[in-house]
Amino acid sequence: MTIQFNDETFRDDYSYHNSPAAIRRFPFPFDKDDYMYAVNMEPHGSGRAGSPFENRFDVDEHYVAEMRDREITLKEDPLRCQSLPHMELAGWDLLELIMEAKSEDYPELFSLHRDGDRWHWINRPLGIDHKFTFLDPTTLPYGPMEYITRQAQGDFAVLDQRDGNLWMEAGMVTSQADWSLDFDIGMNFFEWHAPVPLAHEMGIFQRALKFLLAIQQDAPSRRLNWTMTVNPRLDTSPENYHKWGPEKRTLTPENTGEKQYLRVELQTFFRLPRSNGLAFPIRCYLISLQDLVTVPKWGRRLHRVIRDLPDELAEYKGFTVNRPLIVEYLSRFDDGKPTSPGIFPDE
Amino acid sequence: MSAQMLRVTEIEALSPLVKRFRFEHPGGKKLPLFSGGAHVVVEMPDGDLLRRNAYSLISDPQDGSGYEIAVRREDGGRGGSRFMHSNVGQGDTLRISTPLNLFSLDARARKHVLIAGGIGITPIIAQMRQLLRMQDRFEIHYAARLRSEAAGLRLLPRLPHIHSHISDEGDRMDLGAILDRQPIGTHVYTCGPEGLITAVAQCAARLGWPRGSLHSEVFLAPPPGRAFEVTLAKSGRTVTVGPHQSLLEALEEAQVEIDWSCRGGACGRCETDVVSCHGRIEHNDHWLSEDEHSSQTKIMPCVSRFRGRELIIDR
Ligand code: HEM
Ligand code: FES
Repeated sequence: MTIQFNDETFRDDYSYHNSPAAIRRFPFPFDKDDYMYAVNMEPHGSGRAGSPFENRFDVDEHYVAEMRDREITLKEDPLRCQSLPHMELAGWDLLELIMEAKSEDYPELFSLHRDGDRWHWINRPLGIDHKFTFLDPTTLPYGPMEYITRQAQGDFAVLDQRDGNLWMEAGMVTSQADWSLDFDIGMNFFEWHAPVPLAHEMGIFQRALKFLLAIQQDAPSRRLNWTMTVNPRLDTSPENYHKWGPEKRTLTPENTGEKQYLRVELQTFFRLPRSNGLAFPIRCYLISLQDLVTVPKWGRRLHRVIRDLPDELAEYKGFTVNRPLIVEYLSRFDDGKPTSPGIFPDE
Repeated sequence: MSAQMLRVTEIEALSPLVKRFRFEHPGGKKLPLFSGGAHVVVEMPDGDLLRRNAYSLISDPQDGSGYEIAVRREDGGRGGSRFMHSNVGQGDTLRISTPLNLFSLDARARKHVLIAGGIGITPIIAQMRQLLRMQDRFEIHYAARLRSEAAGLRLLPRLPHIHSHISDEGDRMDLGAILDRQPIGTHVYTCGPEGLITAVAQCAARLGWPRGSLHSEVFLAPPPGRAFEVTLAKSGRTVTVGPHQSLLEALEEAQVEIDWSCRGGACGRCETDVVSCHGRIEHNDHWLSEDEHSSQTKIMPCVSRFRGRELIIDR
């Protein structure tokens, strides 16, 4: 498989775009015409061929541009990447997991050669060719987690597991939907989820935590989450709200299809062997509404979901102001016909 | 739960009652690494019954060439350990799960104090191997009744910070002395009979230790219960749980879909709602809260039992 990497930006002129193939394989998150929070975990690692669920870590046409965007964000705000001292072993676990998965799943892009603790890593798209000693941080230019997550799309939270809870004690977070690693670091599963409406009362977090604590190696799982973002911006952080918050007000009936994006997070859960920690990659996918409606099923369904979404969810996700415009735009693509079950486009 | 067939490559008697088993991949494949304190579930096909017991790994967590466990023969138990002792030979293959850790080291600790009673030494052996490799500060206190029964002595290296206490020789473990002189930031891990874990908790409380610094794993070997009956709300069927069987095993035998992981009352995966209960649930788990126990609205089928007239569960 050869991937043509896009030359594109996620800020300023927003030249981000999806190829027709990227549109077809977009991880549309709704399997029916309405949406409510649920304990929506499923096994991960061998999904439908060609889909973002096929491999443990999906690499797509946005890879190189996303890594460039991460570098800019980190330069402006180094606190987007943090690892408490006791999380270093988990960082090595994560490095091994990503290197193994990428070199096995994309051998023409990545290779890993191991001779005991002497490792040789080649990342062709980013032009990296590096020999280092596993578990010896002095042989890497950054800590192990930072090193590997500068080469992997999506945000990463690395959780320590103890006292029957998960603790967010390391992470690389530059493409988040309005939450902050610097604020959440050191919190446990219930604490960092405190702002989420309705789900606590529904018992979702309590059950989800039980499930996560028992996740085994070799048995990763995943869930999808979503929100709406104006402009294809990865860094929608609270730290930079002053930059992207006002852009919500630039939406008009004329530009909604082009400027309004559905933002989908493919969240995966991996048990880490040496540290017994949990890795939580959060991969962000963006699609403009005008591209999304080229798949008729998705246009119909998204209209119904957004139209009928409980107000608390729209408010929490931050698109209450633009909801009427979005519904009005999408209604043009909903002819009222029934939709087929599942998330994939009809053939 | 993911698992693979592994071959028994070594069996060694560590004491009259305890045997060490080593498992390797038949094709020589590397096994997933793990962290100190992890266990595996061993499946034992015993006639019509599939027994599944959880055993702590005692081998080096960073060594993927094989897994080792130590099994104490429990003649009063449910039979899994007897099966391992009498029916399993070198060269046999058994299905072994991927390791799972519910008793891991706290990476924040400045020092680790590991306390084991009897066969509770097993998870602590792997924790020790991990600590030795990471060059962390630790000490071990291992208590056994008789030297001849103390299988752990064969597994512990002779080091100044590893102490054995054989009570029959007048050397009783003095918890007060152990816990009193530890530096701030020390974490304590206890594995053994419930009485030992309670004693450590009480002693630590008396000395003003923060609760978050105490970790424990009780090795639940539920006593062979009496047979009992359970009615399944979804199908209306009634399932009989034999005296040497867990409710989880009985449900599996009846082909009832049920999730599980630890099979030891700790992970929460098998949690089942109780629809109605006329009698008393014998809660043997460490998962449900005290309120959930006393209200009798939930049961953990992997370890808990029932005595009384009628139990209907939501399965
Ligand atoms: C350990 C892995 C997880 C991490 C690190 C994590 C982290 C987060 C964070 C940081 C937020 C944003 C909260 C805020 O507003 O500040 C969030 C939201 C949320 N999380 Fe999690 N989460 C994890 C697992 C889960 C799981 C397993 C579920 C299962 C149901 C879940 C359900 C949710 C929901 C429903 C929201 C609200 C999202 C929205 O409406 O956009 N999370 N999570
Ligand atoms: S299987 Fe883990 S609590 Fe029952």
